[in-house]
Amino acid sequence: MSGPPLLQVRGLRVAYPGEHGDFQAVRNVSFSLGRERLGIVGESGSGKSTLGRAVMGLVAPPGQVAATTLRLGETDLLGLTQRAWQRVRGRRIAMVLQDPKYSLNPTMAVGRQIAETHRAHFRSSRAAARQATLAMLASVRIDDPERMFGLYPHEVSGGMGQRAMIAMMLIAGPELLIADEPTSALDVTVQLQVLAILDDLVRKRGMGLILISHNLQLVGAFCDRVLVMYAGQVVEECAAADLAHARHPYTRGLLAALPELGHRRAELPQLRRDPAWLADIVA
Amino acid sequence: MIALDCLTVSYGAGAARVNAAHDVSFAVAPGEAFGLVGESGSGKSTVLRAIAGLVAPAAGQIALAGQPVGPRRSRAERRLLQMVFQDPYGSLHPQQTVDRILSEPVAIHRLDRPGRRVATALREVGLGDEHRFRFPHQLSGGQRQRVAIARALILQPRILLLDEPTSALDVSVQAEILNLLSRLRREHGLTMLMVSHDLAVIAHLCERIAVMTRGEVVETTTADALAEGRVRHPYTQELLRSNRRVAGG
Repeated sequence: MSGPPLLQVRGLRVAYPGEHGDFQAVRNVSFSLGRERLGIVGESGSGKSTLGRAVMGLVAPPGQVAATTLRLGETDLLGLTQRAWQRVRGRRIAMVLQDPKYSLNPTMAVGRQIAETHRAHFRSSRAAARQATLAMLASVRIDDPERMFGLYPHEVSGGMGQRAMIAMMLIAGPELLIADEPTSALDVTVQLQVLAILDDLVRKRGMGLILISHNLQLVGAFCDRVLVMYAGQVVEECAAADLAHARHPYTRGLLAALPELGHRRAELPQLRRDPAWLADIVA
Repeated sequence: MIALDCLTVSYGAGAARVNAAHDVSFAVAPGEAFGLVGESGSGKSTVLRAIAGLVAPAAGQIALAGQPVGPRRSRAERRLLQMVFQDPYGSLHPQQTVDRILSEPVAIHRLDRPGRRVATALREVGLGDEHRFRFPHQLSGGQRQRVAIARALILQPRILLLDEPTSALDVSVQAEILNLLSRLRREHGLTMLMVSHDLAVIAHLCERIAVMTRGEVVETTTADALAEGRVRHPYTQELLRSNRRVAGG
């Protein structure tokens, strides 16, 4: 890889002040990302979504973000003003969330929402934004972009809604896409279609992708590299292909607890959480 | 224990009428765990709701424990089966304590010794006295689903209807709840009918499985046949392929 990595994170911490001291949602997380697909897995409350939001500059007060390094290419993201963030968010880093039903504006036609994003970032004319939107809708494999353009979010299926979301997030040409459970609300056959579209676009555009998910198998099948989070820390990092041979007892416990077709067991092994997993990991 | 004969459920009227379930027939033996698998809109939850008496069938017959039942159920018919829903955050009253949530069915069915029944039901699902006077928001997702299961069990039903009982839960908690359901089924000889979109989850708990799409059962198969990939219908094959690639969750 030439030049600096796309994203460089060192010693990232996110804390929420509380009555009984600060709650450490993300604890001393470090990783760097090239033009690759990185999976972040963990259970609810592991800090995986908070980590994604911190990289987007979306941790709202009273949450506090601190890091020794947080760089996007040549840009130092630490201490960016809100105004400066506006030029990064959407334009250079974009985010796709779980459920298109909640992320799309229900009172505005899908096409207009996507075109508005184009106009906001490129100060383009209505006609140019419309053309770009139709091309983008076609690239997420929507058969009839003209028709989709005028539909309202409630008139489209979950899979189509998520394609529209991806189109909206990619229209400004970001270098990094953070997808937080992008297919968890979708049926399994539709999940595969949406993931294939995401994969195709990320490769063609040479983007970096962070895929945040609770689903180990999905992340293992779809990403190049995986970070496993537990209680705010990265407890394991491995190549996705090696996930089945994970070493940390937490990762192993999660994998064992999954019911498997073709491997029927009377009892599923239950995860025993070892308090030692909570201790600070010294890198 | 459960027999469906050409069950059809429709919503809407006139030109807008759609059959959410069409001509669905299957039988579940006493003590058996039977699965209904399909994607959103396949009609699997509609079938479950018709069996529970929550929606009236447009045509066809439902028989429970050998007796045909209509949409209006007697108290005894209602006690025969209980249901556990997907989302333990939505299915428990947020302003009632666990004790009150569990006492209500006992009062409705005018059973004796409510206090003892609540304590027993909690123990059955692996919760203790320390959980009894808590509110749902003071419990984890897994503990809430245990309360929902206790509420179903407290009436000593013979049939448990499970609508995606683990899909809102983390993998580690899902394993605990699936183990709990297996144990309860064994100890109480319960008949279970489970609805899920997840083939691995349904094949873990159920021996026989019906595959639904567009309101119809396209194939009835076994967990073993699914595991070995011996399925006939193209839709089942596609579902199996997709599950193998992005299973879990």
